[in-house]
Amino acid sequence: MADYTFWLIAAITVISAAFVVLNNQLVYSAVALLFTLFGVAGLYVFLWADFIAGVQLLVYVGGILVLIIFGIMLTNRISSVRISHKSVQQGVGGAVIIWLFIFLSIVILKTPWLNQTAMEPASSVAQVGKLLLMKYLLPFEVISVLLLGALIGAATLSREDP
Amino acid sequence: MIVPLEHVILLSLALFSIGVFGVLFRRNAITIFMSIELMLNAVNLALVGFSRYYDSVDGQVFVFLVMTLAAAEVAVGLAIIIALYRNRQTVNIDEINLLKN
Repeated sequence: MADYTFWLIAAITVISAAFVVLNNQLVYSAVALLFTLFGVAGLYVFLWADFIAGVQLLVYVGGILVLIIFGIMLTNRISSVRISHKSVQQGVGGAVIIWLFIFLSIVILKTPWLNQTAMEPASSVAQVGKLLLMKYLLPFEVISVLLLGALIGAATLSREDP
Repeated sequence: MIVPLEHVILLSLALFSIGVFGVLFRRNAITIFMSIELMLNAVNLALVGFSRYYDSVDGQVFVFLVMTLAAAEVAVGLAIIIALYRNRQTVNIDEINLLKN
């Protein structure tokens, strides 16, 4: 039962991810990205990371996706006909990607992974919070400074006459 | 009954490959942006998988930090794209070649 749920969510995620990349209409791509992000959040729940799943919904779906849709609205005419440009090195790039996928699949399947079956925790919030404020306090502070810098940089860049 | 770790990492690899494909083959800056988000999501998925099967929450903290970075990246990147569109009236990366000549 758990197996089928996993593969169902995985199929939704991968198919909508392919739709994001292959589609020619930008707005449809953004909507497909919504399904991918929801699928990944579902997989997080499946992997016992409930807090991360919530953060994924808040940050990615609520923040990043809305920003991307704003970007699409500001830089494209919705009804404009989009010309798909052919890349010169398309064959080489495709071969490299297929090679990468096959090579890494072989590596993954040959590696003896540790499959621990621990007890399912009631909630991961307390553990994540403790780690974030004790073991990883310095990265936590550094990344908050980085966010402030990004905020100021984005505001400066998007002014009328920077 | 339990899904083995290999399958989670293979799924993450598939998502990552799709993202690489998008970055290499699409010529629209915003599509490339969404592909980068796909790749970041794939890495996050692998990290959560490791955290689950190695019974340690550290991986989830890493995912948290990566998400913060992704948010900062999107804010600055979209500001750059919009500034670019204001100056050049295009987001097609083939037409943005100011430094080429």
